[in-house]
Amino acid sequence: MAGYLIKRVLMALLALLIITCVTFVVMNLVPGGPFLSEKAPSPEVLAALEAKYGLDKPLGEQLVNYLKDLLHGDLGVSFRMQKNRPVTTIIGEMFPISAKVGVFAVLNAVILGIPLGCLAAYNRGKPIDSILRVIMTLGISIPSFVVATLLLVLFSVNLKILPGTGLASWKNYLMPCFALSFYPMCYIGRMTRSSMLDAINADYIRTARAKGLPSRRIIFKHALRNSLIPVVTYIGPMTAYILSGGFVVETVFSIPGLGRYFIQSILNRDYPIIMGTTIFLAAFVIVMNLLVDVLYKVIDPRITLGSGGEA
Amino acid sequence: MKKKLLSMQPDIEPILKMNEPYTPVPEDFEKAAESEKESFITKAKSVSYWADAWRRLRKNKVAMVALVVIIMLFLFAFIGPLFTNYSYSIQMRGEENWPPFWEKPSDSVLRKAEQDGITFNKWLHPLGTDNLGRDNLTRLMYGTRISLSIGIVATLIVVIIGSIVGSIAGYAGGAVDVVIMRITEIIYSVPDILIVLLLSTALKATLTEYINSSTGWWPQFLNTLGGNLVGIFITFGLIYWVSMSRIIRGQVLMLKQQEYVTAARALGASSGRIIKRHLLPNCIGQLVVTACLQIPSAIFLESFLSFLGMGVSAPLTSLGSMASDGLSGLYTYPYRLVVPAVILSVLILSFNLFGDGLRDALDPRLKK
Repeated sequence: MAGYLIKRVLMALLALLIITCVTFVVMNLVPGGPFLSEKAPSPEVLAALEAKYGLDKPLGEQLVNYLKDLLHGDLGVSFRMQKNRPVTTIIGEMFPISAKVGVFAVLNAVILGIPLGCLAAYNRGKPIDSILRVIMTLGISIPSFVVATLLLVLFSVNLKILPGTGLASWKNYLMPCFALSFYPMCYIGRMTRSSMLDAINADYIRTARAKGLPSRRIIFKHALRNSLIPVVTYIGPMTAYILSGGFVVETVFSIPGLGRYFIQSILNRDYPIIMGTTIFLAAFVIVMNLLVDVLYKVIDPRITLGSGGEA
Repeated sequence: MKKKLLSMQPDIEPILKMNEPYTPVPEDFEKAAESEKESFITKAKSVSYWADAWRRLRKNKVAMVALVVIIMLFLFAFIGPLFTNYSYSIQMRGEENWPPFWEKPSDSVLRKAEQDGITFNKWLHPLGTDNLGRDNLTRLMYGTRISLSIGIVATLIVVIIGSIVGSIAGYAGGAVDVVIMRITEIIYSVPDILIVLLLSTALKATLTEYINSSTGWWPQFLNTLGGNLVGIFITFGLIYWVSMSRIIRGQVLMLKQQEYVTAARALGASSGRIIKRHLLPNCIGQLVVTACLQIPSAIFLESFLSFLGMGVSAPLTSLGSMASDGLSGLYTYPYRLVVPAVILSVLILSFNLFGDGLRDALDPRLKK
């Protein structure tokens, strides 16, 4: 266990280091820079600006300096979008906004997804199962921007009952949360259904049936418990992805969150913000994945970790 | 290794499971009925692998409907433009913002048309025109064409890289295998959408500058393909070969123990020849299934990038960028968003359903 943990943590750190370096190099290969806007500054001003932010040094030296600062928790200051404000402060302001929408979306996905999957498995082969399966397959095929924009057309343009932009009241949360949670909800539903069907065919269910337990009790007590293991372990990465993957939904609904800001920072070539957000979101996702893999072992003691098994 | 949620890597778990030996279920030990016994007696001539798969695929109604939809969309995208009088970029003065055939034209549209001496006819542009006077139906055809081409070319790149790397890892084994597998694990753990966003923007800008600044046949060739398209292909190839290579590696690991591989080696065949002639052809089923599930995720990803304004650049269009254009005029022209969005969803859904059907048809364990 300890060996496995150390290996995984090292791999995670390595992945993070590689992402940092790749992002840094890729970003600097792109022609154009943060200071070249409509009003091109004079060469002297440009040189002074580059010297001030250390952009005049060779790329390797810049990278080493950045990594050194990173170890101290310093992500630099914004060049352009919020001039000279520390990136850590900016992320600290934006992330809670994304997180608020994200947490509701996660809750929605879990609270609706698992019962839908159970319902489908419980009624296997009946019309209700077919309908649910069609909806859930649709859900994992429709891109989130389509869901988001169709919701916007329906509720905000045609019916005019929900506001389309901003986060002023609780009504503003309904559409973004649903748009964000639709895919994971359907995914969880499908997963619950299939692992439930696997569980129903297991020997212990046959035993429970043989000793005469009512079917509902078998499904919800014996089968659900065991079939939830893979589902529970998905909630970690799902949270990370919902919180970080709100690029589209935040753009469509004009929510001033981290996802939308990341897109804008790429378009504006604001290097420190690109780096900061990438590292933050990547670390978040990687840590969540790591936690889940470890939790998997804790929840289900049958799974052995370590050498051989998972390669 | 499980598919991560919201990651565009296809779900390879069920495809990998095709390798596992069949575990008998209690029903297998029941006595066979007379009719079942009869079916064991060979009456028909033996069928080839593909004919067999096709027979099973044909029974799957959902997959067949999906196939028909895919073929229709292909016709729409590749044959359709032959029947329109417009190109995707031509702008017609006096024909801006025409409504689709089910809506009445507004007064301003009629007045503008009259000013430029054009009589309004709703069948001239069945789906209307955009604010620059470009025919929406034609743009939709070209957009579908771009989305389909990206799906297929990107998948081809993934197949090539994935099968080469995967077969080398599986065949060589040892340290080579360990290193390659560590690399795939790292790529797997990276949040792919984040990296795709970064890489595609960077490559797009770099390639555009390269094409504009240099001469010669190679930049010319890139220019005809479109710099940003090439950027998307490279990005996709760099990230998504990992799932393909895992599939191929798994299959090669199993196949290289087989007698015919030993025989080939005893006859002095080189490793390259064994991989090319003996191992890869036997992976073809899983390769096709994975590729088929890779196409929708490539289309999905391209539309995502285009929607955020980082995909194909104007005047070229794709379904994602059409939806993105539609978003700005959402309150007045909702159909401009809805139509490409629906086509896109149908396209992705059909490929997913067809891929699932193909997986079931090619899964040897489900053979009856």
